[in-house]
Amino acid sequence: MTDLLAESLYVVAALLFVLSLKFMAEVRTSRLGKICGVAGMAVAIGATLLAYQTQNVDLLVGAVVIGVVVGSPIGLKVAMTAVPQRTAMSHAFGSLAVALVGAAEYYHDAPAIDPATLSVLSGEMVLGFLTFTGSCIAFAKLQGLISGKPLLYRGRMFVSMGVLGVAIASAAYLVANPSQEMVLPLVAGAALVFGFLLVIAIGGADMPTVIAILNSFAGISAAALGFVLDNQLLIVAGTLDGSSGLILGIIMSKAMNRSFTNILFGGVGATVSGATTTETRVAQTYTPEDVATIMRDARSVIFAPGYGMAVAQAQHVVKELADVLQARGIDVKYAIHPVAGRMPGHMNVLLAEAQVPYDQLWEMDRVNPLFPETDVVIVVGANDVTNPAARTRPDSPLYGMPILDVDKARTVVFIKRSMGPGFSGVDNELFYLPKTMMVLGDAKKVLTELLSSLRNMGN
Amino acid sequence: VTAINSADLITNLLIFLLATVLGQELIRHVSRLLHTPLMALTNAISSVSFIAALIVLAEPNTEEVSLLAAVAVALAATNIVSGFLLTDRILRMFKRRKTGK
Repeated sequence: MTDLLAESLYVVAALLFVLSLKFMAEVRTSRLGKICGVAGMAVAIGATLLAYQTQNVDLLVGAVVIGVVVGSPIGLKVAMTAVPQRTAMSHAFGSLAVALVGAAEYYHDAPAIDPATLSVLSGEMVLGFLTFTGSCIAFAKLQGLISGKPLLYRGRMFVSMGVLGVAIASAAYLVANPSQEMVLPLVAGAALVFGFLLVIAIGGADMPTVIAILNSFAGISAAALGFVLDNQLLIVAGTLDGSSGLILGIIMSKAMNRSFTNILFGGVGATVSGATTTETRVAQTYTPEDVATIMRDARSVIFAPGYGMAVAQAQHVVKELADVLQARGIDVKYAIHPVAGRMPGHMNVLLAEAQVPYDQLWEMDRVNPLFPETDVVIVVGANDVTNPAARTRPDSPLYGMPILDVDKARTVVFIKRSMGPGFSGVDNELFYLPKTMMVLGDAKKVLTELLSSLRNMGN
Repeated sequence: VTAINSADLITNLLIFLLATVLGQELIRHVSRLLHTPLMALTNAISSVSFIAALIVLAEPNTEEVSLLAAVAVALAATNIVSGFLLTDRILRMFKRRKTGK
């Protein structure tokens, strides 16, 4: 079948992919990692074109042109705030590609296809199709096309599991009766519906974990296709991608103190439950000018950004403010919670885009011991990840979740759009502490006013 | 005709398991700063399913099968191009503090 040259080149490509991930370990070598990835891909495609001459040149060239025309603007133009939805889209594309190749392979071979191959192929198609619709829904939620709230109804688990059962049962029937070509659309259809039902019931703030899990699914389905085609390069690349999604998913779920099952089937954040306190407490609100007065005497400031910073596109004005503070000799750091934002590493990318040097970005575990020595913490569009109830109140849904210990700083400035609770629906007692200054308003507007107050104050 | 024979299956399982262990080790060592570009990169890499679509396209097929493979080629190509370009763009943004400021 394939000649030895192509097989050898696949080995080279697999090695390059492994090296690519190795060099991604740190910023210093990360560009080399990207180069290895591109080189591995070039070798893989070159080897395939050498070994398999296609008759369908028009079709191939047309498809590649479409891919380049669609992919280039996405890669070059997509805003950093929109990277989570582009990532969801890429999982949708990747998993659909794998599922379609699986379907093509089935129609090409059927009915001369053995049960073992068809089992793997069916599993691969089910996983690919459900990842496709799941990722499409994740995209729609992140893009704001549909509500980020989980859609919950009675008997939800029953319906979802029933649909998954249909997918698995029809796939099993197909394995037993490989010539029944009409069953494949049923397998695909049920898997597509299940992916839709799965993600439509998950809330926006769980998206970092969901994206990671869908990433893992997309990778595993690619690896499964490698088993079907006896292509080891595809097995290696798919498995690396699947591992990456899995590890990121574990990191994200640990940072929320939740299990995968709870995130996928828990439906957290649908309604504000009895978790909110009934007593009405009044938080003291302040103006940006008040905050500027405090900032003048500060020696150390830590910014704690959250999804609200991304929504308000406030990362650039945060950086401007940091520059002014640093010019006054104030030490500035950024505290990054693992699940701040809508995908793994989201805050780091937004702040890097605003030209914040990455050595000022501090991970939660490293920055937490510094809060007691910090004069002012400015929380920009984050809430639950700062809620001390996670440490102190066993009855809180947040209890046990690792948080940024911003409450230990001397002054906490909260910039929020409204007094509403965070995604979890849990009130944040931090709002009512005497050391807390609540500033209500759009993060970008508030920070701009704070910046001009500081500038007017002079030295 | 596709057929998984047991010798291939065992070899492929071995490769899969080794790649899993290696992947876990590699990813654990990736700095949290880089998790977003990591996702863009691994997504582009797993879109090497492009070659699977190429292989299917090269076989003598009915028009329908070729069309399925061609759609897969377009989707995988989109991911490869956008994934690598985006990784590059994000990585260029990460800069250290200028010294002597």
